[in-house]
Amino acid sequence: MEDARSHITGYKTYAYIWACLLLLTGLTVTVAKINFTGFSVLICLVIASIKALLVLMFFMHVRYEGAFLKGVILLTIFTLTAMIGLTFSDVWYR
Amino acid sequence: MAEKEMTGSKDGEKHTGYTGAKFGMWFFLMTELIFFGGLFLLYSVYRSTYAADFHIAALDENIVIGSVNTVILITSSFTMALSISAVRKGDNRLSAWLQAGTIAMGCVFLVNKYFEWGDKIGRGIYPNSTLMMQKKKGEMLFYSLYYVMTGIHALHVIIGIGVIGAMLLLTRSGAINSGSFVKLENTGLYWHFVDMVWIYLFPLFYLVT
Amino acid sequence: MNTFYADPGPRRGLAAWMMSTDHKRIGIMYLAALLLFFSIGALLGVLIRLNLISPGTFVQAHNYNRLFTIHGIIMIFLFIIPGIPASFGNFFLPLHIGARDVAFPRINRLSWWLYLAGAVVVLESLFFGGGPLDTGWTFYAPYSIQTRTNVSMAVFGVFILGFSSILTGLNFITTIHRLRAPGMTWHRMPLFAWTLYATGWVQLLATPTIAITLLLVILERFFGLGFFDPSKGGDPLLFEHLFWIYSHPAVYIMVLPAMGIISEVVPVFARKVIFGYRVVAYSALAIASVGYLVWGHHMFTSGMSDTARVVFSFFTFLVAVPSGMKVFNWLGTLYKGSIRLDAPLLFALSFIFLFSVGGLTGLIQSAVATNLHLHSTYWIVAHFHYVMFGGMGFSFLAALHYWFPKMFGRMYRERPAKIGWLVFFLGFNILYFSMFILGYNGMPRRYYDYPPQYFTGQLVSTIGSWVLAAGLIIIFRNLIVAFYRGPKAPDNPWGGSTLEWQVPSPPPRENFEEIPVITRGPYLFE
Repeated sequence: MEDARSHITGYKTYAYIWACLLLLTGLTVTVAKINFTGFSVLICLVIASIKALLVLMFFMHVRYEGAFLKGVILLTIFTLTAMIGLTFSDVWYR
Repeated sequence: MAEKEMTGSKDGEKHTGYTGAKFGMWFFLMTELIFFGGLFLLYSVYRSTYAADFHIAALDENIVIGSVNTVILITSSFTMALSISAVRKGDNRLSAWLQAGTIAMGCVFLVNKYFEWGDKIGRGIYPNSTLMMQKKKGEMLFYSLYYVMTGIHALHVIIGIGVIGAMLLLTRSGAINSGSFVKLENTGLYWHFVDMVWIYLFPLFYLVT
Repeated sequence: MNTFYADPGPRRGLAAWMMSTDHKRIGIMYLAALLLFFSIGALLGVLIRLNLISPGTFVQAHNYNRLFTIHGIIMIFLFIIPGIPASFGNFFLPLHIGARDVAFPRINRLSWWLYLAGAVVVLESLFFGGGPLDTGWTFYAPYSIQTRTNVSMAVFGVFILGFSSILTGLNFITTIHRLRAPGMTWHRMPLFAWTLYATGWVQLLATPTIAITLLLVILERFFGLGFFDPSKGGDPLLFEHLFWIYSHPAVYIMVLPAMGIISEVVPVFARKVIFGYRVVAYSALAIASVGYLVWGHHMFTSGMSDTARVVFSFFTFLVAVPSGMKVFNWLGTLYKGSIRLDAPLLFALSFIFLFSVGGLTGLIQSAVATNLHLHSTYWIVAHFHYVMFGGMGFSFLAALHYWFPKMFGRMYRERPAKIGWLVFFLGFNILYFSMFILGYNGMPRRYYDYPPQYFTGQLVSTIGSWVLAAGLIIIFRNLIVAFYRGPKAPDNPWGGSTLEWQVPSPPPRENFEEIPVITRGPYLFE
């Protein structure tokens, strides 16, 4: 159950994640210079989400947490999506 | 399990325990997410309404400073994560140094932010300025969002620096140690969260194409 | 027996209360503050009614706007939203689940201080700056960013109150997850705890939206950001969206714990196990989650897109389903029970009736077409007073009568309680049912004056407000007398079977001598 409590992440793992995050930052800056028209926003957000996921999973140890905390995070993201989504049902069709 | 953690202590905060403290922190972070969520909602609506204006407005953002700040914040998150592992392995000295590094990087981030804001305000780019009132409506909204979102984010960085400072003292005094580190871990969670918000702010304000 | 009153901890005097982390002391302090604000709010309500039988005699036009605004703000933000969770929730949640305190007692105390601070700031706004605000309790932009009245301070007070609410919710969720007594499984928890759990999630995941929205109003007023100002390209409808994204779920913060109390009172006075325990428990979660998706029904006439109106109308109908389930289950519990018609049950039964009236009229106005006719009329005012006051208010009084012996260790007299209930109930219906008719006939809300054809209705409604006030006076006089001079209450005057009745009245400092081991569900009666 309490994996997060007993599990100590090694320095090396963190270093790998850090390197990944820096690479992705470089990637997103490079990609932003190329014009993909409408897809640019999407690509930026996907890269940002990958970075966020890495931070969440490794730096914040969610990988080692129980199903409950993972559920709470998903629930919150879902709530936020519903908030923004339903607002757009107004904004887009007005 | 639950019973073991709560048996009759008079001191309030000990009623809960490691897992409870961590739950509490995560719940708090979720409220933070919704709090920023309101701003992301505004951003997405105004960006979809004023896509072209946002593009023009964003040309004025300095990608170099933005990228440098992103790297700084990610690195500070890295040292923060390391400092927790260090404490858990019993190396309080190393942990304290790593926390000090995190604080230093947080400060550099803020200094960059200060120059960035100062430069913009100096050139009359701020909400309700005579310059902005003459431009297209979306451009001013872009900068209103920019100031509010990076401002509230910076406020979180400042609070984070303060809390890590307190943790640094506790780590040096040994109150935080390999047996009791949930305070430091929760501080770390907070700092990573602030980092994550920036991970989204960066492309949304600096990389608008 | 050493009650928590007799064991103040290390400090004396006022500090023994203000610095206490005991959930029971915090609950009692909240209760006192809530009742104070409720009386101020009620007094303002009576003043509003007084103006409406003779516009201009007692209140000037611009003061009328301020009057209903302050009435709304005090009632909503200082009374109904913190209401039941902060007072009865704090006092009884740990007792219900067999814990010595909440998970974070010091955060609980912080939440109480924030509540007080927020209340003080809100009330200060009446005397500083541009004086009492006149925006209505909804602070709609762009008026709220233009008016010279003291919006910034009032809104900042509400911002602080939001933090208090978030911390209470956070505390309760963690408490329920971590501090249940051994054997207290989820399905052995009293239903009041279930509703507090559902409420806690709403407090956590909805309140931050109002925090950011109100912060933006303040920033907008100081720096002219333009988010909600059409002349700068902003969209005032987004304010309404953000405001109701919180304030609709907030309705469930108000009413879910109220439903929890009814689920406690009904089985005890029907001497029967609750009908459909799991349905009642899960419907609370269902209401909480669907409640997030319906906020747009406050904006049907605001100029929202047709698509959005259809979507929000659909979800609004949907949220009625779990509420209906609860009503059926309470009735199912009463069916063939050995009913004892004491004061708490009378209040609970009136809750079921009044809440049903409020709920069913809610369905009428959730259809977009009828809503266009009824929106912003007295119909809406009547509807939400039935749901909020008839719902949360009656439930609050049910709880007060049900738990009074446990909280204060004294019994009140039954007869005045019943008479008070009758007068209050009659007054309530005279006051608010007239508003349904007035609203259906087209009387707009928030108007200071009206054409003569509405006079009779307004007069009846105002007379109702006096009857209602008389009822409240009888009820509280009885309770105050009992507080000072009532006979000592037994530990379990109603024969309740939840844990709070197994400890002395009032409970000792850390609730239980020994943490009980739970082997059965919450409602079992011989």
